[in-house]
Amino acid sequence: MPVVSMTVNGKAVSADVDPRTLLVQYLRENLRLTGTHVGCDTSQCGACVVHVNGAAIKSCTALAVALEGANVTTIEGLAQGGKLHPMQEAFRENHGLQCGFCTPGMIMSAVDIVNRKGNKLEEKLIREELEGNICRCTGYHNIVKAISAGAEAMGG
Amino acid sequence: MSMSGIGAPVRRKEDFRFITGKGHYTDDINRPGQAHAVFLRSPHAHATINRIDASAALKMPGVLAVFTGDDLAADKVGGLICGWMIHSKDGSPMKAGAHPALAQGKVRYVGDHVAVVIADTYAQAREAAEKIVVDYTVLPAVTDMNAAVKPGAPVVHDVASDNTVYNWHLGDKAATDAAFAKAKHVTKLDIVNNRLVPNAMEPRAAVGDYDFGADSFTLYTTSQNPHVARLVLSAFIGIAPEHKLRVIAPDVGGGFGSKIFIYAEETVCVWASKKVGRPVKWTADRTEAFLADAHGRDHITHAELALDDKGKILGLRVNTKANLGAYLSTFSSSVPTYLYAPLLSGQYDIPAIYAEVDGIYTTTAPVDAYRGAGRPEATFVVERLMEVAAREIGVDPAQFRKKNFVTKFPHQTPVIMCYDAGDYNASLEKALEMADYKNVGKRKRESAKKGLLRGVGISAYIEACGIAPSAAVGSLGAGVGLWESAEVRVNPIGTVEILTGSHSHGQGHETTFAQLVSSRLGVPIDNVSIVHGDTDKVQMGMGTYGSRSGAVGMSAIVKALDKIEAKAKKVAAYVLEASDADIEFKDGKFSVKGTDKSVDFPSVALQAYIAHKFNGQDLEPGLKESAFWDPTNFTFPAGVHICELEIDPQTGVTRIDRWTAVDDFGEIINPMIVEGQVHGGIAQGIGQALCEGAVYNKDGQLLTASYMDYTMPRADDVPSYNVGMTQTRCPSNPLGIKGCGEAGAIAAPPAVVNALTDALGHENVPMPATPHAVWRAAQSTIAKQAAE
Repeated sequence: MPVVSMTVNGKAVSADVDPRTLLVQYLRENLRLTGTHVGCDTSQCGACVVHVNGAAIKSCTALAVALEGANVTTIEGLAQGGKLHPMQEAFRENHGLQCGFCTPGMIMSAVDIVNRKGNKLEEKLIREELEGNICRCTGYHNIVKAISAGAEAMGG
Repeated sequence: MSMSGIGAPVRRKEDFRFITGKGHYTDDINRPGQAHAVFLRSPHAHATINRIDASAALKMPGVLAVFTGDDLAADKVGGLICGWMIHSKDGSPMKAGAHPALAQGKVRYVGDHVAVVIADTYAQAREAAEKIVVDYTVLPAVTDMNAAVKPGAPVVHDVASDNTVYNWHLGDKAATDAAFAKAKHVTKLDIVNNRLVPNAMEPRAAVGDYDFGADSFTLYTTSQNPHVARLVLSAFIGIAPEHKLRVIAPDVGGGFGSKIFIYAEETVCVWASKKVGRPVKWTADRTEAFLADAHGRDHITHAELALDDKGKILGLRVNTKANLGAYLSTFSSSVPTYLYAPLLSGQYDIPAIYAEVDGIYTTTAPVDAYRGAGRPEATFVVERLMEVAAREIGVDPAQFRKKNFVTKFPHQTPVIMCYDAGDYNASLEKALEMADYKNVGKRKRESAKKGLLRGVGISAYIEACGIAPSAAVGSLGAGVGLWESAEVRVNPIGTVEILTGSHSHGQGHETTFAQLVSSRLGVPIDNVSIVHGDTDKVQMGMGTYGSRSGAVGMSAIVKALDKIEAKAKKVAAYVLEASDADIEFKDGKFSVKGTDKSVDFPSVALQAYIAHKFNGQDLEPGLKESAFWDPTNFTFPAGVHICELEIDPQTGVTRIDRWTAVDDFGEIINPMIVEGQVHGGIAQGIGQALCEGAVYNKDGQLLTASYMDYTMPRADDVPSYNVGMTQTRCPSNPLGIKGCGEAGAIAAPPAVVNALTDALGHENVPMPATPHAVWRAAQSTIAKQAAE
């Protein structure tokens, strides 16, 4: 089995994996980083979104072996120095989550939206950008509010 | 109101673990030595199984075992059950076909469980499952309810030769016929309530773990009611006696009803853990969830409303066929009967109601409770009829509703329910104001200038929640009581643990329940923890569904807190050297009436445990109490939702422009969480109205078995919601709570369809009103406009 090495949440990691191992399986099963979730089989729900080399991807759609040497950030790596990321704070403050299952992917997507689109986000844009993230609990209302607030907070 | 007490929008205590990826969902749990289960599912909707040959699968790498229905039968593992007995009109009991966890001789829907493979890894189990050879004789499928009841239709279960589980009825037929005989106007409507798939974002999962030393089982599973799961697995399925079976439902990623039920997969995993001598884990993929989670809704209804010459309702007649799928799921029989017809009076004073419901077997996935469970179906019937009737007699729909509202309480309806409190006018008035209803004509003209059709739709819903008085539901056929339990453990340093039979899978109990305790005992909210979801920790409880955790679960906590306060007063009396009749408790302090002598709650807790100040024979040491709360009535949340939307007749695209919700949930512990519940319910209701529909083809293949095919509402399918509240206190529980979990999903579908039909100028648009369906409906509107 091939050895796959990458940097996950700032740490060098390495594991022997079956070549068909998906990134999400590598994270959840080899590294026990279970914050990244699997909610579907068709890359629709977005519960598995992580950042690879700074950009959001669906970790259920990438093979671990294809990401040799990559720099991966998961939900567990977002808070720095014991301090929550502003987007995490915004989700809590705005009640942007209920059951919490879609939340890691939502937050990782939200940070990526801000990285791409800036700190002032119109509601319509946020809703369009969330096309790849499904939530069944919140009706999206408070997620949209949280992302808007989190985007501003990320601007400092 | 304190910052953390009742009524404060306290930020959720549970959120930290979820926003940092530190939640513990069932699929995050891995037991040492665990093996993986994959279920071989039927590719046919209806077939006899002649032979299952697992010899090639057993030779595959890593495979530990392949089990079939015969193995379960040999171990005397019982079938899955339906826990609510419904009797037909003629008094005969419902016809429940056997429901083995793994098929015995026959499969009845695509996704039915044929065999399970257990292997070292998931991939090995999956590969081996493909090597199992099953010799089927394919039988004709029947997915359509009207076809299922025709003579000569394929028979799903021999016990029900006409595929009819029951012909049930409720109400007074003679009185209703008499009401129609004297009616000035009768509104008639044929309604299809579309089949939905609940789709909690966390797929179902189970880890079964048998301990040979203790001869006991542990099941980790995605359940809304772990004690009910243990009861069924123990008393009916016979996995192990209750004291040898621990069920843990850790963090659960949404339920919406679909995780109430006791399914085949968790049954097989826990049983198989002893057979293979290793923990056995299964996690559904999304397509399995589509195929084999219990679905929701799926009614065909003909309804008629009789009016007098002044526009007052005289009577309501309803005939419904309810698709129950291929097997009776855990509570399926109750959903289209006692959770449906008793709500047909809506918010209205209707003198006579008669409802007939036929429960039908088809070769489709079982259908059971999904958010609202019966009440959305009833509300859809009532609110569509009200809207159409108002249009037919030329009265404003808001005024027509007002004219027929129940205004005096208590109000006994002709269909069981006794509404205890409400102010339906207040909710309607407030909603009309918030929605700027009076200017909707102006906005319609502005839309028309842009070539768009604008419509507005009202939905005045009522639901029966706080489920439910045990004796009452027992008399209606329920196999269980629907009380709730609580235990309050005060620790020696004054921190508090609440053990509750309710289960939180998104509702925020760790926060709201702590707010209640903090308010009552005067302890900081961070000094209160909520323990739930583990049958070894928490005494028997009934779980969370039917918007019951506030009204029933918190009432049990209040009852236990009453006992804590009474006991603590006795301890305080010893400490303060006073008579316990003279002790007052306020803001976390015990004081002697008329003196400045006082002691705080943590000190009393410590004294209760060290027991130095009193004789342990006179007063038991310790400070821990438990209670069971059995409600005296259902609760009746009600409100008005107004949907305003625009249709582009050229594309069929519907855009919801504004959504107004005014709900009366009684007393509210945490308005932030309550509003969140409303938002989520509305989105599911909009999903039903505009996006979602489970579709089987005539061969019984589920055409919508992934997110590529089944449209889940996305963020850009729904609007922001304008949510308001009115309040009448619920008189039947100590906190005055009515419940809020299902309201949005109940209210929303008729609001959307009433708005669509208002915009289109005719009633002929189905759910889900997809762009294609709306475009087709809009073509007749355009043709009609052209003709005029």
